[in-house]
Amino acid sequence: MTGSVRHLYVHVPFCAHRCGYCDFVTVVGREGLHGRYVDGLLAELELERMVLAEPLETVFLGGGTPTFTEAGELRRLLEALPPAGELTVEANPETVTPELARLLREAGVTRVSLGAQTFRPDLLRVLERQAGPDDVRRAFYHLRDASFDNISLDLLHGIPGQSTSDLELDIEEALALAPEHVSYYELEAKPGTRFTHAHGAELARQAEAMEGYFELVIERLTAAGFRWYETANFCRLPEHAQGRDLRSRHNLAYWLGRDYLGLGIGAVSTLGMERLRTTPRLNAYLAALGRGEAPTREVEQLDARIRADERVMLGLRLDTGLPFADAGASLDRAALGRLERLGLATRRVGADGPETLVLTPRGRRLGGAVTAELLA
Amino acid sequence: MDQNRIRNFSIIAHIDHGKSTLADRILEVTNTVTGRDMRAQVLDSMELERERGITIKAQAVRVEWKGHVLNLIDTPGHVDFTYEVSRSLQACEGAVLVVDAAQGVEAQTVANAYLAIENNLELLPVVNKIDLPQADPEGAGRELAELVGDDPERALRVSAKTGQGVEAVLDAIIERIPAPAGDPDAPSRALVFDSSYDQYRGVVAFVRVIDGDFHAREEVRAMAQGTRFETEEVGFFSPTMKAAESLGVGEVGYIVTGLKDVAKLRVGDTLTSQARPAEEPLPGYKDVKPMVFAALFPTDSDEYPQLRDALERLKLNDGSLSYEPETSQALGFGFRCGFLGLLHMEIVRERLEREFDLDLLVTAPTVAYLVETPTGERLEVHNPADMPEDRERVEEPYVRASIVVPKDGVGQVMELCNDRRGRFDHMEYPSTERVLLIYELPLAEIVFDFYDQLKSRTKGYASFDYDLAGFREGQLVRLDVLVGGEPVDALSLVLHRDEAYARGRALVDRLREEIPRQMFDVPVQAAIGSRIIARETIKAKRKDVIAKCYGGDISRKRKLLEKQKAGKKRMKQVGAVEVPQEAFLAVLNLDEGSKK
Repeated sequence: MTGSVRHLYVHVPFCAHRCGYCDFVTVVGREGLHGRYVDGLLAELELERMVLAEPLETVFLGGGTPTFTEAGELRRLLEALPPAGELTVEANPETVTPELARLLREAGVTRVSLGAQTFRPDLLRVLERQAGPDDVRRAFYHLRDASFDNISLDLLHGIPGQSTSDLELDIEEALALAPEHVSYYELEAKPGTRFTHAHGAELARQAEAMEGYFELVIERLTAAGFRWYETANFCRLPEHAQGRDLRSRHNLAYWLGRDYLGLGIGAVSTLGMERLRTTPRLNAYLAALGRGEAPTREVEQLDARIRADERVMLGLRLDTGLPFADAGASLDRAALGRLERLGLATRRVGADGPETLVLTPRGRRLGGAVTAELLA
Repeated sequence: MDQNRIRNFSIIAHIDHGKSTLADRILEVTNTVTGRDMRAQVLDSMELERERGITIKAQAVRVEWKGHVLNLIDTPGHVDFTYEVSRSLQACEGAVLVVDAAQGVEAQTVANAYLAIENNLELLPVVNKIDLPQADPEGAGRELAELVGDDPERALRVSAKTGQGVEAVLDAIIERIPAPAGDPDAPSRALVFDSSYDQYRGVVAFVRVIDGDFHAREEVRAMAQGTRFETEEVGFFSPTMKAAESLGVGEVGYIVTGLKDVAKLRVGDTLTSQARPAEEPLPGYKDVKPMVFAALFPTDSDEYPQLRDALERLKLNDGSLSYEPETSQALGFGFRCGFLGLLHMEIVRERLEREFDLDLLVTAPTVAYLVETPTGERLEVHNPADMPEDRERVEEPYVRASIVVPKDGVGQVMELCNDRRGRFDHMEYPSTERVLLIYELPLAEIVFDFYDQLKSRTKGYASFDYDLAGFREGQLVRLDVLVGGEPVDALSLVLHRDEAYARGRALVDRLREEIPRQMFDVPVQAAIGSRIIARETIKAKRKDVIAKCYGGDISRKRKLLEKQKAGKKRMKQVGAVEVPQEAFLAVLNLDEGSKK
């Protein structure tokens, strides 16, 4: 029996160190458990496999630091995963050796997302990253040497202490490596975290100076031949990439409202009208699978309206916009009129395609406020 | 009751000089209230009155002392209620004038003493708080004697707190205050000096019988308003209501009217028998008109019906409160209320918030303006937004202010009065240390933070009282505030031409700080007519994105968005601009902010 889900997310939580700004489910200092965790993942995969429609379109290995996993265990995991057109692994620069790069390549990985964050040593220290700027560059070349032709750099803007020229230099350094893809997120300082406690005051002071950072990132990357295809994601235009579409197919699946299965602690799945979140507790997860049972999953009941709202929320982040047909009753038409008059949204009618709602560049930069306005 | 054995008196004093404590002690000494029932300040029955240490509604209580009946008529202790004070005094033959031995004569002492003298009352000077270490009974006695033109030796010295000297005050009331002089056989007349509302029995009138007598089940008419009713019960307070056969000439008590609307029976009116009516009403009836206006809006617009009900219920007991519905584009549905003065406004607001649990937005208080249009039409304007563009002239209410200040504070007070368009009248010297300044000032200036400024410039030592002194023409303009080009009706102000620029600038600056950035540039302007006098721009936001959507955790992102959307719901809409309630609050509290 097979299902219909074509996207798989696998969470590998282990890290050498937990960075101050990170709020993902991570596990530090339990190295002895890598093997048992991979056993757990594979057992969970068998339990859930019936929802998948193989071959899959995408598999994404996120963390944590998947590449921090003990090499043998990582290889065992990669080789056991169902085959997919796109297999992405997240990597931290300091973990990428020539051997690891080869391992990934041999295990069928097609795309690596490298967590660079910044090339400024002082800012890397603020972020408590383990790597230095040279580690980032070295890791990148190791991956290229292993003939990866789809590498994404993960970068951050809005780091405490980051000046405009720091940001300009980061962008230059990133472009100098000629990656296929760049994710450029604004650093989120969540209230109550250790990071915000340490840097919140400085961030507040810099808030005004940092207003323009997002614009600067968009301007520089598009000028360098990148397509701003999602709010925080850029890929080389096909004319600069032998005609290839370099958008992250896995992330596009989220943004287009597809179903996906998540494995591992804290992983989220969306299956029809259910959103499931696996327990974030490592021991409970391993114990359940050790007994041959599925780990506890928190269930959130969705309905057509919620899914349509999410479709609007995510679809408007894309340069391709949102087909009106997908938005259902979620769109407030009066608000749409106002936003069109303000030059924040436009309607696009394709020659034969559906009518779509597309945000203008300014509308996309104000996406949060625009979406809050548009949702009925 | 033998008319010659009745004494009717009030206690008058500056705030906190011990009026209520003396009243309490009198009730105790005369065994009107037993120790167990004795609550401090028995006469102040409302929670708010006790808390603020002021008396809002006048009340009357009957005590017995050495074969006499003494009726103590309590008076409201604040300038907003001058008319009520004057009616209470009219019901008396004498008044105990209390000053604090440590403070001496203050502005309200002066104002009340003059009011009592105008009403031909016998004044009994009393120096209170002689137990205080810093008391100067001799000095205070001299000031009092000077004020009332009496021998300093005749001022009684008491401590209402310990009870020392209180019996001597009661003896002096019998000796020095004359018995009431009315004619027991003349057609009946009684002065209504206050009223209250009882939900079962309707309006209860507090009266002083001037001539004749009143019985239960008698047809009675209020001469000024023409209201008729049958008395359901008559009686007196000792201190709770005790029914009696009749209220005779010179007596003070209550009449249960059965009326369902306090507005039907106004303070100052004269009651007379329908069967044998008097020809002339008692002098001095006035239809008191509110002078200070402000609009009240519920913070949560769903609470509008509760606000309406609460105002209706307050109005039952407070005939001087008026209100009419007002709709503001920015603040929604509310009421424009008329008050006797600022304290009255504060009391109403606090009662609404405390007793009815409402959260309110209150606009800047304004006064009543008389406007003459080019066509000769005369309007009374209570809302700045209603001030017509075209006007021939505008008149505003003025007051005659008495300010008592230590002599080294005179300069600051005169400066303040001059800044506030005051006209100096004259100066008096009640003692070597203090000066009484008499100024004429626009009421609008007093309504805007005058009292706080006075206190802060004199370190709290100045005291202040005022009387309305009629309307005068003024160079007045209407200042409008525009957000995104749309006028915000609730923020319009009427003010003197010379103050418009500074106020306009302050409003615009404050709004620029308080209104969050929008998706477009928002001009904030202050304007007189079509002329913009101050402008700021709230620059458009440059980014607003919910950050990383990681590992398919879409719910978290959706919840952030829902939060953002809920935040929008709490905003008030001015045209296309979303303005948080707090911004209006901050601007409406601009006066308070500027005090610091």
